[in-house]
Amino acid sequence: MATTKPARRTDTKLAERYREYLRQMLLIRRFEEKAGEAYSLGKIGGFCHLYIGQEAVGVGCLSQLRPDDYITTTYRDHGQALARGVSARAVMAELFGKATGCSHGKGGSMHLFDAPRGLLGGHGIVGGHIPLATGIGFAIKYREQDRVSVCFFGEAAVNNGAFHEALNMAGVWKLPCIFICENNRYGMGTALDRATATWNISERAASYDMSREVVDGQDLSEVMAAMDRAVVRARRPAAPTLLEIRTYRFVGHSMSDPIHGHYRTKEEVEAHRKRDPIVIWTERLKAEGVIDDAAYEQMDTAIKAEVQDAYEYADQSPEPAAEELYTDVYAPTQAPAMGVHPSS
Amino acid sequence: MATLTYRDALNQALREEMARDPDVFLMGEEVGVYQGAYKVSRGLLEEFGPNRVVDTPITELGFAGVGVGAAMVGLRPIIEFMTWNFALLAIDQIVNSAAKMRYMSGGQVGVPIVFRGPAGAALQLGAQHSQSFEAMYAHIPGLKVVMPATPADAKGLLKSAIRDDDPIVFMEGEMLYNVKGEVPEGEHLVPIGKADLKRTGEQVTLICYSKTVAQCLKAAEALESDGISADVLDLRTIRPLDLEAIFASVGKTHRAVVVEEGWSFAGAGAQVVDEIQRTVFDELDAPVLRVTGADVPMPYNKQLEKAAKVSPEKIVGAVKKVLYLE
Repeated sequence: MATTKPARRTDTKLAERYREYLRQMLLIRRFEEKAGEAYSLGKIGGFCHLYIGQEAVGVGCLSQLRPDDYITTTYRDHGQALARGVSARAVMAELFGKATGCSHGKGGSMHLFDAPRGLLGGHGIVGGHIPLATGIGFAIKYREQDRVSVCFFGEAAVNNGAFHEALNMAGVWKLPCIFICENNRYGMGTALDRATATWNISERAASYDMSREVVDGQDLSEVMAAMDRAVVRARRPAAPTLLEIRTYRFVGHSMSDPIHGHYRTKEEVEAHRKRDPIVIWTERLKAEGVIDDAAYEQMDTAIKAEVQDAYEYADQSPEPAAEELYTDVYAPTQAPAMGVHPSS
Repeated sequence: MATLTYRDALNQALREEMARDPDVFLMGEEVGVYQGAYKVSRGLLEEFGPNRVVDTPITELGFAGVGVGAAMVGLRPIIEFMTWNFALLAIDQIVNSAAKMRYMSGGQVGVPIVFRGPAGAALQLGAQHSQSFEAMYAHIPGLKVVMPATPADAKGLLKSAIRDDDPIVFMEGEMLYNVKGEVPEGEHLVPIGKADLKRTGEQVTLICYSKTVAQCLKAAEALESDGISADVLDLRTIRPLDLEAIFASVGKTHRAVVVEEGWSFAGAGAQVVDEIQRTVFDELDAPVLRVTGADVPMPYNKQLEKAAKVSPEKIVGAVKKVLYLE
């Protein structure tokens, strides 16, 4: 008896979507690799935190959202920006500090914003943006809408007071918030077990009368399924969720931190690399006949070209004009020269 | 004209602006059921309901951030701090979120929020409950800092602040809430960033704000019997400063004393002095002096507290110094 083959899903809308998710994850991967190169060449200054290894979390979570939902995230935000549809050009140009960047060169890597797409930053203070997400959820409920306020943060943020205050209010007011803890086990160089009294982070949801799930973040289909459940829960009538999505970053905390630093062994990193979210998803798609090796290569080649184009675009884009130093400190409707004292 | 307390003037401003714009809401500790810790929000819960007058847990950082988030998507929050002493807990949200959101986002995301509450000392409340932090917030680009001294200014400036698209630090005073004054009828708005000459004179300019305005007016009254008349310039807004008004008055009197309730080192008055000496130095016939609170944590003891505070006598003393009458 011949072995049964898995069902083939080559020509359905679902197959298209599945390939699109692969494309998004691969775009993030190639983009982040390029950003790392650009940083080493001095094209990107300051801090640069790469999302390599965590692609399924951003892509999986955002795949379940509507265009009118809202997202807040941390300084490790390139992946979410790309998954939300901000162009590689606009993100790279922002990393290069150019006027064509999504924050017009005024934000940088940690402060990617795209208001029409509901991407409300890009925030640099650990835990500091979580109350913002609760506030956005408050506004959604205030306006009687059925949008969702999604908030990404790392596991180190759950020890922060802002996390506690924000989740408590989302829980007591029953707000349409989805709090996504990207648990990559290390807050910069400090392992979870050194900083955190209880390691099962999702259990904290009990303090806030909130639904919770623990999710394997390297498996895109699991992320999507958990997020789908959270989104259904968040739309009318609203109820918040804490998702603990367990993942791993394959590179250092930032560009100034080597791949395993002093706090992770080479062996540990290599063991985790075996669960590459892109490989896991690709293998699944191949098994289901959604993609084959040639199509994958074609996709990767196109993505590399897109990323190279973004790099060149950023490189050739203009710097912000000198006057931009003083713009957008205050709203343009207000009195002029608000941030400038005449004699300074 | 109606005679109102400063408290009721604020209450009217809140009521009028909440009725005018459904996006305006009030959030803070005890603002609803308790009717407000200082009764500024009396009656608002009954009139506007619990969706728009929101009692919070005791979480200044959290609910300040909630306000900022709501403002980022277009609501117009009024976040009440029971006092500005407690707002220290919320500084990350005021400074790192509200003040810089527009700039960091390249102009995409504004924060039309008002943070309000009483600032400064009252009577024997002790070290942690008597502080004036306007200098700290005035230091931050992206914020505006507004401090009305009278009921009319309180109403007009709070209405303007609520309509303003920038994050505003609005500082009232427990000792001001019972002060009575005339408030114009009808729609009364006071522009942010404009000082107000509360009294005119020729020999000296007294630059003041919030509680020191009344003290300067008392000092000016006392000085009349010595034949000295003073301009009393109520700044009303600390950031941005009304430099035009400051320079016009100093250009007339050629002497200035800056009077503030808070501590001396790097107080808001120091900025005023710097602006004057840098721009209208040649108008001055004497150094600019400052009268401030004592540079100490506020003591509990009644006499020590009195000694720590500004008084009309101390202001008169400073005026005589700049007139070389000592």
